[in-house]
Amino acid sequence: MTLDLLHLMPTDLFRILPEVVLTITGVLIMLVDASLPPHVDRRNLGWLAALGTVFALLASQAQLALLQLAERTGFYGTVETSTFSIFFHVLICGIVLVTLLIALDTLPENGHHKGEFFALITFGAVGMCLLTSAVELLVVFIALEISSIATYVLAGYRKENGRGPEAAIKYFLLGSFATGFFLYGIAMVFGATGSTVISEIATRVHTGGHPGLILLALGLMLVGILFKVSAAPFHIWTPDVYEGAPSPVVALMSTAPKAAAFALLIRILYGAFPALQPIWTPLLWLVAVLSMTVGNLAALRQHNVKRMLAYSSIAHAGYLIAAFAGAGNTGITAACFYTAAYASMNVGAFAVVTLISGYEDELPLIKDFRGVLYRTPVLGGALIFFLISLIGIPFTGGFFGKFFSFTTAMGGGAVWLVLIGLLNSGLAAAYYLRLIVSIAQKPEGESPVPPVAQPIGVAVSAALMLAIAATLVLGIAPGEVLKNAAEGAYELMPHSMQMVNSLVFF
Amino acid sequence: MTVPYSWQYLPLLMHICFAIGLGIFMLVASWFIGRRRFSKVKQQTYECGMMPQGDARGRFSVRFYMVAMLFILFDVEGVFMIPWAVIYKKLPSLGCSRLFGFWEIVVYLGFVAVGLFYIIRKGILKWSDDRADL
Repeated sequence: MTLDLLHLMPTDLFRILPEVVLTITGVLIMLVDASLPPHVDRRNLGWLAALGTVFALLASQAQLALLQLAERTGFYGTVETSTFSIFFHVLICGIVLVTLLIALDTLPENGHHKGEFFALITFGAVGMCLLTSAVELLVVFIALEISSIATYVLAGYRKENGRGPEAAIKYFLLGSFATGFFLYGIAMVFGATGSTVISEIATRVHTGGHPGLILLALGLMLVGILFKVSAAPFHIWTPDVYEGAPSPVVALMSTAPKAAAFALLIRILYGAFPALQPIWTPLLWLVAVLSMTVGNLAALRQHNVKRMLAYSSIAHAGYLIAAFAGAGNTGITAACFYTAAYASMNVGAFAVVTLISGYEDELPLIKDFRGVLYRTPVLGGALIFFLISLIGIPFTGGFFGKFFSFTTAMGGGAVWLVLIGLLNSGLAAAYYLRLIVSIAQKPEGESPVPPVAQPIGVAVSAALMLAIAATLVLGIAPGEVLKNAAEGAYELMPHSMQMVNSLVFF
Repeated sequence: MTVPYSWQYLPLLMHICFAIGLGIFMLVASWFIGRRRFSKVKQQTYECGMMPQGDARGRFSVRFYMVAMLFILFDVEGVFMIPWAVIYKKLPSLGCSRLFGFWEIVVYLGFVAVGLFYIIRKGILKWSDDRADL
């Protein structure tokens, strides 16, 4: 049964249907949460949020019908529906769904503000989704703020523990500083070109006659976005925030807002400033090398699993940015694919870490993970699988993500970048292997027993299964996802389709 | 005669100069004309008004911040309605119907109402209730 949504509602409304569905879900959760007496457990609101996210995912897929229309934008040219935006919508809704499933089983029973937690995740998802379809910089900014403010609050969700407020305040102060940079960039670009619509900026970059202003705008906007994707040298907040935030929240905020921010980075670089590619390519080259090296070197020295994974996420941002050195829309394709691969394995890794370490991080250290494989073989095996994918060993999503990223960078002539990237991958294997060895070691008699003795819940099992399936599919049969990514890239940058075709031989 | 683009900022420059000049003039004038008496009352933090007591770094109830935040929220929400009210009658001449404008503000106020319902139910506005769900 296919619902003919195209003729059922105004086209403009259809273009933001996933966001509308998520908003209504969030508002419903807030209303129910406020109406229930205080002592009732709010767990079922999590199922409501998950249901709303599934509907939003279906709505994003239904948006494919909009592509029959010649018109691509709606709401006075502020939001665009394209294969690119749909790709990221589906990805973000998937991540949010998995996160909600993790949270359903791992949040403490009768926890404080549990209803708010689910509402904030759905509201954050609204912002992240809107960020990938907005093509007007003020709407982009509002979407960025919706997603950021929700994650600032979620980062400090464990407020009884000193680390929670520390994480929230650090993230909030640095984050609002970064969005300030971004907003200032928007002002500069408006001053230079007289427009805030991304496609119009691209055509007016040359005729504007303010090269200094344009460069300043590009730099300021890059600062704002690179902060959100936690690329070096704007990565300082990442380990502290990941350590202080509850693990289900880290699973979300290390993947979904980053995916949205990468979509924005692609839109800004290739949509608004394609003419400045000779200028921003070396800049991003530097950022990629810095992120990879700083992330991996720092991760080597960590004893805390969440901090180690935080530094690893900085390094992965670097691998992804390496794809931007690729020529034309091959770079976009590889970046989109990497986002999907990284999201599936990282969400999975944090799901397992939540279960093993516990909600309050009772067992945070690498040495606490000793013997997990013997105590709960399923969890230990799953974590080893995700770590193998993070290393980038074949038959996992991580392998193809890195492979495509480095291949496109090589195609763009960035040989040194690829060499540094490969060296870094080897370096990264060291600390992932350290954790794997710890998991696989025989437990000592007196080492603390991980709090995973209770049966693993249905919801979190489903989340793990989804993450494993996604990582496997991306690693064994990446063709379909890669094709969708390439279509999105082609729609964003209609030239040089043959280069993408050379990549899609799987 | 062509005037450079930046000359249109001349009034602004004059305004800034005047503002700084006025400030300097007042300070200098009071230095020369004013009388100086240093008594205990004169040296207090507030020359008139409340008597300062205790340390300023005391603890405040988080409720103060909640109320301040809610004030900002609803204040800004109120401000958003003013441009709508101003433009409402002109909507047909701007290319969209008044009914569209009406439903837009209904949706907007609906969200505001949900927020108000939420904070009332959570007991934020109950000043005397110490067990409010903050």
